[in-house]
Amino acid sequence: MSGSIKDRVAIVGMGCTRFGELWNKSASDLVVEAAYEAFEDAGVEPKDIQAGWVGASYDVSAKTGMGLTAPLRLQGVPVTRVENACATGIDAFRNACYAVAAGIYDLVLALGVEKIKDMGFSGLGVGYYPGVSNTQPMLTAPGAFAILATRYFEKYGLSYEEGKRAIGAISVKSHANGSLNPKAHFQNKITLEQVINAPIIAEPLGLYDCCGVSDGAAAAIITRADMARNFRSDPVYVKALQICVSADYGRISTKYDYTHIPETYLAGQRAYEEAGIKNPREEISMAEVHDCFSITELVTMEDLQFSPRGRAREDIESGFFNLDGGLPVQPDGGLKCFGHPVGASGIRMLYEMYLQLQGRAGKRQIKNPRLGLTHSLGGQPGGCTISVCIVGLK
Amino acid sequence: MVGIKSYGVYIPYNRLSRAEIHNTWQTMPFPMKGERTVANFDEDSLTIAVAAGIDCLTGLERKEVDGLFACSTTFPYREKLASATMAMALDLRSDIRTADFSNSLRCATIGLSSALDALAAGAAKTVLLTSSDCRLGAPGSEFEQSVGDGGAAFLLAKEDLIAEVEDRYTITDEFCGMWRSHEDTFIRMWEDRMVHDEGYSRIMEEAIIRAVKKAARSLDSFAKIVYDPPADNRRHAMLARKLGISKEQLQEPFFEQIGHTGTAMASMMLVAALEQAKAGDRLLFASYGNGVDVFILKVTNGIAKVRNNGTFARQLNTKRMIYNYPTYLRWRNIVSMEKSRRPDLPPTSLSNLRRNAKILLSLYGVKCKKCGTPQYSQAGLISSYVMPQRVCVECGTKDQFDDYPFYDKKGTVCTYTQDKLAASLDPPLTVTIIDFEGGGRAAFEMTDRDPAEVKVGMPVELTFRKLFFDRGIHNYYWKTKPIRS
Repeated sequence: MSGSIKDRVAIVGMGCTRFGELWNKSASDLVVEAAYEAFEDAGVEPKDIQAGWVGASYDVSAKTGMGLTAPLRLQGVPVTRVENACATGIDAFRNACYAVAAGIYDLVLALGVEKIKDMGFSGLGVGYYPGVSNTQPMLTAPGAFAILATRYFEKYGLSYEEGKRAIGAISVKSHANGSLNPKAHFQNKITLEQVINAPIIAEPLGLYDCCGVSDGAAAAIITRADMARNFRSDPVYVKALQICVSADYGRISTKYDYTHIPETYLAGQRAYEEAGIKNPREEISMAEVHDCFSITELVTMEDLQFSPRGRAREDIESGFFNLDGGLPVQPDGGLKCFGHPVGASGIRMLYEMYLQLQGRAGKRQIKNPRLGLTHSLGGQPGGCTISVCIVGLK
Repeated sequence: MVGIKSYGVYIPYNRLSRAEIHNTWQTMPFPMKGERTVANFDEDSLTIAVAAGIDCLTGLERKEVDGLFACSTTFPYREKLASATMAMALDLRSDIRTADFSNSLRCATIGLSSALDALAAGAAKTVLLTSSDCRLGAPGSEFEQSVGDGGAAFLLAKEDLIAEVEDRYTITDEFCGMWRSHEDTFIRMWEDRMVHDEGYSRIMEEAIIRAVKKAARSLDSFAKIVYDPPADNRRHAMLARKLGISKEQLQEPFFEQIGHTGTAMASMMLVAALEQAKAGDRLLFASYGNGVDVFILKVTNGIAKVRNNGTFARQLNTKRMIYNYPTYLRWRNIVSMEKSRRPDLPPTSLSNLRRNAKILLSLYGVKCKKCGTPQYSQAGLISSYVMPQRVCVECGTKDQFDDYPFYDKKGTVCTYTQDKLAASLDPPLTVTIIDFEGGGRAAFEMTDRDPAEVKVGMPVELTFRKLFFDRGIHNYYWKTKPIRS
């Protein structure tokens, strides 16, 4: 690879709405709230924004950049609409960073937004696809990830009960963190017994193994690294930005074993190289990863090389990923508790890394973090888009 | 000489106790005995015929079949050829005769006569004949208990026969005794005594006597006498007594295990008879419905080499009793349930289905000429496309593939889930990722399974099923099911 984003751009302002079932807010309310919090945080005016990237997986804007310009009334500003499933938010951010690094713009806005809860049912719905054969199994999102757990338990010899306890501990940890977060969708603590005894959604995943489905928006203002201190004394620098897109390989090739996400490993490895990280378990201070389901977080710990293969369970059960552990994961509650408005989630993760690095995370504050990592997974095991972003203080 | 080269049958895995139906409605003084077969929610007359056809073609070259005659009174469309869809699912050639025979419970033997004529005239060397039905009795009616779902198939040919057709006789008989008009979902019938005595018993007796006389034989020269019962099963044995047919000669209709399978009834009974037959046996085979067709068959030495021997008994004895009568009502869409709170299906694209028919209906993938990897190209579990494979997933070579069928490959479960959130008429939705023997992977719904028996590494086979009926379109594809021994 010839180029690197490391230390070329910085985040100087961020905003994030509360996530949740926001029955009384429209997508445009969420865009305005996230963007204006970011403007205020960066000390800029809407008119200072030279270009925008808006990420949305569902339609909020007649499929155009107007999803950003219309609510903010940014007449004539160049805006690109980005869509890459659950990696949408970070991909919008990535494109914004590249445009700044290329020297085309000095100050840009990346914003992810989703208004899901107007659909009339729980969970995610698929969008309207023209021209479909309708021959696929009518599997839900929990089902598409449950197959990972089935096979993982089998490969590593975990009984159903052992497996349920291992993934259950992940949700207990995330709820503990979410309870400290006033913007989180779910702010209640739960016990392992509650997780294990909850109704099954898609075997072996139960209710508490599934993340919240939420409305929300998050925004980031990006500038050139050499200009960042003009805006604030504690800008957060981008160290690595990687997207890894599957060729649907795992669905077709029997070489894929459904116990990990090879695209996550690849994206992580490339990001570590870009950021100059040799030992991720030691060097990464904290992470927000794509915990759409508890099993996804478990295998991600191994794919990001935080835990050795087959041994994430030990780190989960020893508290290594807890807020006071060696490598806190999901300090803001994760998708599990902060919620998952698809296109907004990646930038929401960045928002927590940003606050933590600046020492502004309140009750959730991690001691002296240096590098924070975000990870998103769009699609399902077998065929997906992965984003990994690493940010840090200079 | 023309006759039967091979036979096949399909007896649905699911059964319903007649007492379950009776206990719900209490419309009769007591329930009929035994149980009846029930097509699963994803089965219909077309999929049942395909299953019987697959059984019949076991070990035979499918590309040698010159015709497909499909017989049923309950095919999915009024205007659209079922046998054309079936020919795709059975991977037959396209330059063959396809024909649907319908509108009479005798249509299977009408189709049989036509197939034999085509063979005798030299218009075809082999014709696959299927019969299947899924008829509905109105809730609370005797029909609801007495009918069953099922199918049979015969490969008819001029060589390598297991049974030769020595003689035929037919009569037609106009009579509105049992019928179903374009307005009816359920079978209708005139007063039963008149229908059975004047309609069935008199005409069937006359046809059998005349056929035997025409062949210059006597009834006691037949090893087995196979004729379908009318709606009232008791009339079957009554006619045998009247004709002096012995218990050993009379082919039983399996009323207490299957029920009256309509168009397929006589053919399924013939399969059961052939399964017990010895070389040299003579069989009388007759079917009723606005007339009678009678055939006199002579079993050949080929009977000893039947490839799928025991298929009838095997299928009769592997079963599951469905949970209760409301399950049956739900599967047949007799009661409409609250709509599942899941996204609406987008409209099924018929141009997509036509373009990808070989991938979808014939379950063909490709095999890379360079690296030899078989691959079936589904593009997504949640998203809903199949896509033609243009670039090899393993070696990246473009457009260097041989066609590769997956429909006849067995597989093992790589991983699975029981999805309780997903909409299903037989919840939970069991979804399996399958690794095929010889290579290749795909995701399919699993059907005819007990959720508790599903395991990683479990062997499975493929079965052609109806996914749904939506906006006037019946959409068919393949699913996995456990292998029954």
